[in-house]
Amino acid sequence: MVRRNNIVANVDWITIFLWTLLVVFGWMNIYSANIMNGDGSVIDFSQRYGKQFIWIGVSVLLIVIIFILDAKLFSFFAYLLYGLMILMLIAVFLFGKEINGARSWFAIGGFQFQPSEFAKPFTALALARLLSSHGFTLKDLRSLILAGIIIFTPALLILIQPDMGSTMVYFAFLLVLYREGFSQNIMILGASLAILFILTLLIDNSIIILAIWLIGLILFRIFSEPKKVFLGMLIPGAAIFGIVFLGNLLLEKNLAVYTISLISFIAICFVILIISLRARNPGMLKILAGMFIAVLFVISVDYAMNNILKEHQQQRIYVTLGMEDDPQGVGYNVNQSKIAIGSGGFSGKGFLNGTQTKLQFVPEQSTDFIFCTVGEEWGFLGTALVVILFVILITRLVLLAERQRSHFSRIFGYGLISVLLVHFIVNIGMTIGLLPVIGIPLPFFSYGGSSMLAFTLFLFVFLKLDSNRLELLR
Amino acid sequence: MNFYDNRRYVFIVFTILFGLVFIVRLFLLQVVDTSYKVSAENNSQSHVVMYPARGLIYDRNGELLVSNQAAYDIMVVPNNVRQFDTTEFCSILGITQEGLLERMNRAKDYSWRVRSVFMKQVSFDVAAVLQEKMFKYPGFSLQSRTLRKYSRPVASHILGYIGEVDKGILENNEYYAMGDYIGVIGIEKSYEEVLRGEKGLKIYLKDVHNRIIGSYEEGKYDRPVKVGKNMTISLDADLQEYGEQLMQKFVGSIVAIEPSSGEILSMVSSPTVDPNLLVGRNLGETIRRLSADTLNPLFNRALMAQYPPGSTFKTINALVGLQERVIRNQTSYYCDYGYYYRGIHVGCHSHKAPLDLIGGIQHSCNTYFCNVFRRIMENPAYANTEEAFNHWRNHIMSFGFGEKLGSDFTNELKGNIPTAAYYDRYYTSGHWNFLTIISMAIGQGELLITPLQMANMTATIANRGWYYIPHLATGIEGDMDIDTKYLEKNMTTIDSAYYSPIVEGMALAVNGGPGSTARIARIPDITVCGKTGTAQNPHGEDHSIFIAFAPKDDPKIALAVYVENEGFGGTWAAPIASLMIEKYLTDNIKRTWLEQYVRRGNTKKEQEETNE
Repeated sequence: MVRRNNIVANVDWITIFLWTLLVVFGWMNIYSANIMNGDGSVIDFSQRYGKQFIWIGVSVLLIVIIFILDAKLFSFFAYLLYGLMILMLIAVFLFGKEINGARSWFAIGGFQFQPSEFAKPFTALALARLLSSHGFTLKDLRSLILAGIIIFTPALLILIQPDMGSTMVYFAFLLVLYREGFSQNIMILGASLAILFILTLLIDNSIIILAIWLIGLILFRIFSEPKKVFLGMLIPGAAIFGIVFLGNLLLEKNLAVYTISLISFIAICFVILIISLRARNPGMLKILAGMFIAVLFVISVDYAMNNILKEHQQQRIYVTLGMEDDPQGVGYNVNQSKIAIGSGGFSGKGFLNGTQTKLQFVPEQSTDFIFCTVGEEWGFLGTALVVILFVILITRLVLLAERQRSHFSRIFGYGLISVLLVHFIVNIGMTIGLLPVIGIPLPFFSYGGSSMLAFTLFLFVFLKLDSNRLELLR
Repeated sequence: MNFYDNRRYVFIVFTILFGLVFIVRLFLLQVVDTSYKVSAENNSQSHVVMYPARGLIYDRNGELLVSNQAAYDIMVVPNNVRQFDTTEFCSILGITQEGLLERMNRAKDYSWRVRSVFMKQVSFDVAAVLQEKMFKYPGFSLQSRTLRKYSRPVASHILGYIGEVDKGILENNEYYAMGDYIGVIGIEKSYEEVLRGEKGLKIYLKDVHNRIIGSYEEGKYDRPVKVGKNMTISLDADLQEYGEQLMQKFVGSIVAIEPSSGEILSMVSSPTVDPNLLVGRNLGETIRRLSADTLNPLFNRALMAQYPPGSTFKTINALVGLQERVIRNQTSYYCDYGYYYRGIHVGCHSHKAPLDLIGGIQHSCNTYFCNVFRRIMENPAYANTEEAFNHWRNHIMSFGFGEKLGSDFTNELKGNIPTAAYYDRYYTSGHWNFLTIISMAIGQGELLITPLQMANMTATIANRGWYYIPHLATGIEGDMDIDTKYLEKNMTTIDSAYYSPIVEGMALAVNGGPGSTARIARIPDITVCGKTGTAQNPHGEDHSIFIAFAPKDDPKIALAVYVENEGFGGTWAAPIASLMIEKYLTDNIKRTWLEQYVRRGNTKKEQEETNE
């Protein structure tokens, strides 16, 4: 009795309200996207909206169960649940059905069940348990490795299904590490590499190498003591470049500019190395190392893009960057998506009136591209609303996470936040053409039983932990 | 509580930042940029497949045998169907409301979004009326198809027919879509790729109201339609029609070949079907009915019926004997109503005796050939029966027996020439000899040959030692050629010189005095060479067989006739063959009495059957 009152009083109703809004609005859009296939009855279970209705019902049941359970159970069983989930991910290779070239689903009876969706909350549980355990610190290499294993084991298993999209979500857990004190510099390094990656594709490589060298030079100027060292770099640097260039012309080797830049760069590095060692300046060595890593990265990006990524994956990235125009092929999805959203105008065409949706121009329009239906039927008002809802939800969750006394609860909360954030950014970003097409659903919105249940589980376990925050101290 | 508390702000800022970026982008996309609105309006593509006319088929004299007629299928995409006046629709199509519902459900079961056939082959009038009112029935469309039309009600086994593709073909071949037609059997199947041409594709842009605005990307993605290629086959339509008439009262087949080229002049399998019945909406029903017929009219006996060759095979054994030098022309044997050896008795009819080789063929003496067979199998040049048998078998195989000949039909059967290994398994090695298999001396036993192989054998004898693979296609329009294998001479392992006594014997069988088994086949002014055969049939009456070619020198036609369950070869097969030869060589039948005899058929048997 007392406990129940506590729940009602302590649970965060704002979040529940936001959840309800998203689920209901999501359902309405799924209804609209699938209405022409059936007769329109809400409980038509052969249609997607009928099925989603069931899933929402089951989710409510799940919520009740979660709240009845003792909050300490989640942390207690964290590793066990995580282990079970890993077994599931392995089992799907043996017993799962192959759909579209990937073995990601179990088919039982008339239902399909996707373990990779459930892996997200359970990984968060395990990670939270690990990071909140006694004596754990992120400075310790062994602990770091353990965390890495927890995060990347499921990621790897999902990668080989293959399901590139879901795998990428696991990078979100790095954000959790960040919140718990992981080195800021590495985050910055990560972001820099991302920018470098994009630049590498957009701009010719030799220019990039030149740019890296120049930046390195500037850093030297800022951080080095003897100012004349700067000049001492610039002149030999230019000289070496000139020599190699002329050498190329004279010997008629016809090397590409790229190769010339590379050779010059290596030569310059040697020079700088010698100078730095002589000057005994560790800072310079660090900058040198940075430059070297950067160039290595550029080369490997090149290699990875051309040799490792599959054709259609390469295409997706090129299309996003605007480097290729492919309205019939890979760019088709995004093009159709933008058309659908763009045609909505300010207030949309009205509920059930989306022509692009109706005529099925947008592929995957109930799942990954559900946002298009919103855009087309509800216009800018609708899309902005959804964006704002998510922003408020995530922000609210941050607030909630921060008020936790228990490390476990807070870390788990950030797991939730990070995963939601990544899904939010990638899914909507993809539909409006800002990010390459990566197939992941929009939480609580997209059609899909596994997705709905897994995210609801994720969210409400956290809410449960939150409602018990005064009792939980660890 | 935690040193990194402030990092929460990073998260919040990050989130709000992305939210803002999205909102700005959305604003630009939805409110500021109006080009998407326009794109949405003109986004719809309509793929129209264009079906080419199927290639025509001509006979050797340039007569058009197979042509096309237009038919219309009504197609539907259930997803695009809206409310419409079903009463008017049903009345135009001539179906009931239930029929409409049933067809709609069938289409929905197949797919909501992929076009499927709603109603097959409606008449031109119905199609015309529907075409005008098509705007009233969204989701429905007309697809024109070509059906076949046969100028003569003959040669259904040769020409074959076309039918709808089934699931198996759809899965394995990307070219075909649901509702397409494909050759099922005969020439239509063997030369499907030649005859079908290539489907074309035109992509139109439609606006949101389903009106065509123009060509998508100026036709960049369109594919031009290629009409099917016409072809000529070696069939002689007159001869074919005549043959089918002659065989009307019989079950069996006729195969006629032009020996100098291997071209098939006629191929009759009786009972047969008017090919025009195998066209159109009721094809499925017709096939079902025909398949249930006990006489199996769809079964092409010329290619697929395997019979023992009977006495006609004596010619081959003779040739082998000569080649192996175990007999000569003068070799003669005495016959006293049969062959007797160690308790085995092979009966023979009454004739003058002794006979030499030519006589043996002329009078078709069983005893003679049992002796010949023994000589072959006990050839002192070889160590044992097995080795002799293998040599014998090699000769036999060189005539094209025991394997598919490789004609341009897809459903040839191989026949059967047993191997030594077969007998070894059955009787154990070393425990069988010529006596065990003596029935093969006179063309019985385990020997199985198809009428096509038989006709080919006849052509080989006519050519005195070689043949071209029998084939039908003689020319394809455009730059395609028929397979070069049809232009290669296949030599038998028997020297050409050894053929003359055989030919002589066959000539005498027809034109010789009393006792010649095939005198009924004689045509005045033409030297017909022939050989009768009577194949024993364990299931009933003997089969009547006759092979013949004419004229003896510079032969123009070689044929094999099989009449099931009709007793002696001379009774029915010989006259039929003879009439075919007369028709082909002189274009006129003078012996109308013979014709009537054949046409009347076996009245005694008919009477017996009606009396039962």
